[in-house]
Amino acid sequence: MNLQAIRAIYLFEMARTFRTIWQSIVSPVISTSLYFIVFGAAIGSRIETVEGVSYGAFIVPGLIMLTVLQQSVTNAAFGIYFPKFVGTIYEVLSAPVTVIEIVIGYVGAAATKALMIGLIIFATAHLFVDLPIVHPVWMIAFLVMTTFSFAMLGFILGIWAKNFEQLNLVPMLVITPLVFLGGSFYSITMLPPVWQTITLFNPVVYLISGFRWSFFGTADVPVAASLAAIALFAGLCLLAIWAIFRTGWRLRS
Amino acid sequence: MSSIVSVQGLTKVFPGGLKALKGVDLEIEEGEVLALLGPNGAGKTTLISIICGLTTMSGGRVTVGGHEITRDFRAARELIGLVPQELHVEGFEKVINTVRFTRGLFGKKPDDALIEQILMDLALWDKRNEKIIELSGGMKRRVMIAKALAHEPRVLFLDEPTAGVDVELRQSMWQVMRGLKDRGVTIILTTHYIEEAEAMADRVGVINHGELLLVEETGPLMTRMGRKTLTVDLSAPIDAVPGPLAARGVELGNGGTSLVYTYDTAAEQTGITDLLSDIREAGLHLADLHTRQSSLEDIFVDLVNGSTR
Repeated sequence: MNLQAIRAIYLFEMARTFRTIWQSIVSPVISTSLYFIVFGAAIGSRIETVEGVSYGAFIVPGLIMLTVLQQSVTNAAFGIYFPKFVGTIYEVLSAPVTVIEIVIGYVGAAATKALMIGLIIFATAHLFVDLPIVHPVWMIAFLVMTTFSFAMLGFILGIWAKNFEQLNLVPMLVITPLVFLGGSFYSITMLPPVWQTITLFNPVVYLISGFRWSFFGTADVPVAASLAAIALFAGLCLLAIWAIFRTGWRLRS
Repeated sequence: MSSIVSVQGLTKVFPGGLKALKGVDLEIEEGEVLALLGPNGAGKTTLISIICGLTTMSGGRVTVGGHEITRDFRAARELIGLVPQELHVEGFEKVINTVRFTRGLFGKKPDDALIEQILMDLALWDKRNEKIIELSGGMKRRVMIAKALAHEPRVLFLDEPTAGVDVELRQSMWQVMRGLKDRGVTIILTTHYIEEAEAMADRVGVINHGELLLVEETGPLMTRMGRKTLTVDLSAPIDAVPGPLAARGVELGNGGTSLVYTYDTAAEQTGITDLLSDIREAGLHLADLHTRQSSLEDIFVDLVNGSTR
C-alpha cells in the first residue's frame, strides 16, 4: 500500500477545502439555515408533529442529508475533474499508485469535507430546535457510509464529465430532486399509496429513513433495508470505479 | 553499462486504426542522455506516454529497471519522472506544495531539505510560496521539472522541455540536465531543436511514422554524416560535368549554373586544390563559391524524407 500517496492526495484535497473555506463550508451552512428558517418556521407552524416529532426537528436529518449528498458528490466530482481539466491528472496516472489508493485519497477527502459540513449543520440545528438522538453511533455510521458511497458516485461523475456543464448536471438534475422527493421534508407515509410505492424506487428514501431512525427511532422503511441499500450502492460504485481504471475509460488513451 | 529502459516490439494502434508505433525496439543505457528526434506526429510522445503509464500499449514489452511496466508497474514507475510537453499545472497551488504533493504521490516520505535543493537548482526557491498561476511560462515549466524530480527518479523523461522557452532559460535548463546527468540520472528528451540534441545527447534516436529509424552515438553520427559541401557558381551554365570533375564526384546543381562537391572535413586531403585547378583547366569561369557544413538537422531531414518515400 502506497500510504504516502494516499496521504499526499488526501492532504492536497483537504488543503483545497480550507483554501476555499467560504465556498466550502460557510455557504452550505447559510443555505441550510435558510431552509431551516423557511421550512421549519413557516410550514412547522402549520404541521405540529410528524410521527410524534416536532416538524422542526423532523426535517433536520433530511436537511443534513440534502447538503451532505450534494457535497459528497460535487466535492469528489470536482476533485478528480479539475486535474483532468487542467491536465495534471498525468501525474496521478503515471504514479506508482493503485486504483484503491487513488480512490481512498480523493473519495476520503471529499467524504471528510461532506462529513464536516454535515456535523456543522447538525450543530447549527441545535440552535433552532431540541434534537434527541436515540442511536448516536448509528447516526455517525449512516453519515460516514453515505458520504463515502456518494463521494464514489461523484468520483465516477468527475471522470465521466467532459465539461463543467456535465459536472453540474447530475447534482442539479438527479441528486437534488431525489433528495427532495426522498422524504427530506415529509414522511413518505404522508403520501398517497401509489406515490408511496413509486417512492420506494428512490434510493435516497432508504438513506434518509435510516438516518432519521438514528435520530428518532422511527423509520419509513426497515433499517436493514437502509443498510442493504447503502451497501449495494457503495458496491456498485466501487465496481464501476474498478472497471474505469482497468479499461482506462476517459483517463488513458 | 546495462539497459535501464528496455523497449521490445512496442506497438500502439489507436482506436480508429492509427498506427502510432510500429514495433519499436530501444535499449536505453543507465546514465545516458538520449535525444529522440522526429517531426510532429512521429510517435515520440506516444512512446514516452506508454513507458510512463499514460497510454496503454497494443503489443510488445517494456521494462524499466528490470520491472515490466504493467505487471510490476509500482516498482517501474517509482524510477520514472516525467515532464510532459504541455504545461499542466494546478494554478491555485503554491509552488512548494505541488512539488511536495508529487513526492508523496510517488510514495516517498516528506523531505524538505531535498525539495529546497531542487527548487534552488531550478531558481524557484524565491517563488516557492507563490501561486503557480502568477508565474511566467518558463517558470511554470521549471515547476513541472521540479515536480518530476521530487521523488528522485533514476530515469527522467523530458518531452520537448525547451519548446517555446527563451534562449537564457534554455541554457539554464541544459545546465540542470547536465547536473542530473552528473548524478547518474538517465535522461530521455524529445526535441525539435537539433542543436539541443547535439549539445546534450550521448545518443540520438530518429523516429518517424512510428518507426525508430536509427539510434546512434551523437559524436560518430556527426562525424559520419558531418560532411561539407562546396558549391561553385559558374558564370555560364553548362550541360554536363566535364570528365575529370565528374571523376571527383562533382555534381551539377541549380540547373547547370553550379557545381556541387561533397567532401569529408576529417579527411587528410579534401581535394579542393585539385578540384579548383581542374575547373580552371576545363575552361570554366567562377562567379562565386561557398561551403556549407551539414548538421544533424540535414541528417534528420534526409532520414525523415527517406522514410517517407
